[in-house]
Amino acid sequence: MKLSFLAALAMGLVAAPAFAADSVGAGILKSQCISCHAVVKPDNASLDRLWERKGPDLYYAGSKFNRPWLEKWLQNPVRIRPAGELYTKHIKGSDKEDVVDESTMAAHVKLSQADAEAVAEALMALTGPAGLVSKGAFKGDKVSMSMGAMFFNKLRGCAACHQAKPGTGGSSGPELYTAAERLQPDYLYSYIKNPQAIDPHIWMPTLNLAEPDLQRLTGYILQLSASEGK
Amino acid sequence: MKMNFGQRVPAFLRAGLLMASCFVFSGPASADEPYTQGALRNYNTYCVQCHGINRNGRGINSRDMSVQPRDHSDAKGMGDIPNEEIFHVIKDGGLAVNKSVLMPAWGNVMNDEEIKELVAYLRFVCNCGSGK
Repeated sequence: MKLSFLAALAMGLVAAPAFAADSVGAGILKSQCISCHAVVKPDNASLDRLWERKGPDLYYAGSKFNRPWLEKWLQNPVRIRPAGELYTKHIKGSDKEDVVDESTMAAHVKLSQADAEAVAEALMALTGPAGLVSKGAFKGDKVSMSMGAMFFNKLRGCAACHQAKPGTGGSSGPELYTAAERLQPDYLYSYIKNPQAIDPHIWMPTLNLAEPDLQRLTGYILQLSASEGK
Repeated sequence: MKMNFGQRVPAFLRAGLLMASCFVFSGPASADEPYTQGALRNYNTYCVQCHGINRNGRGINSRDMSVQPRDHSDAKGMGDIPNEEIFHVIKDGGLAVNKSVLMPAWGNVMNDEEIKELVAYLRFVCNCGSGK
């Protein structure tokens, strides 16, 4: 634990975050969150750092998440990435395909309602570097679910790594049937367009998708829900 | 042969994890290990999700795939593919060589040098010669 803190310190992960230091939420972030999550942009954006970190970066949480979802999730944290992060650390071989090694999965800290609300407020203040997310990029057009599904499954291969409905699809990427509840539309659009620009070295490929594809996939994912297709 | 390979692989992975904890970056290839640590790290980051921790095409994502990922431990199957084609498919994706869209293009994630090193690593994994 001490070592990992020193390592984080050495990599510049532990520093004064950019929110009011005296707020309750900021205090909780500092005491409970920064040992696993970066709340300021790390100087080190290497692949090794991706392997070192214990949880997703939060320094742009305010440009990524929907606040109501954050408040809910922090009180009742459930797994979003079926194989955890980084997936390679949480899988093992079997007679058939690789499976999740549940023994390596640790539960996330659970907060009271008051603390969750305070932390959500502090996180929403962390908007990250200017231009990280293209504001207004997603046009909000409704898309045909059958057309979207064809793109998602067959034409662009997203289902290889992501689940568009519970229990079906890949496990190395986050489930997407909860994406609309979790994520801001422009963040989703920007991430699909260039995951590496937001999360350097992440194991999602950058597919050079054309604008209509980006709109279609973002719209399709936002229209998914946990109940759909069950 | 396959069994032996499957038993060898976890040692590579342990080496990879050890490397992660020591902040060691890619070193030169040696005679015993004719691949770079950077290639091993890239494989464990990007390829394992589909091609599997045992490099046998049975990755965590493979269960529901309509086309199964290639078995990198298959000396015959891999031996038939020239280095140029392996490089091309990693950089530009499956569609570029009339294969599955499920193999994405990694050219925006790894540079040409890294992909070349990955090709060398794949030759080590398949134990199928130099591909030249």
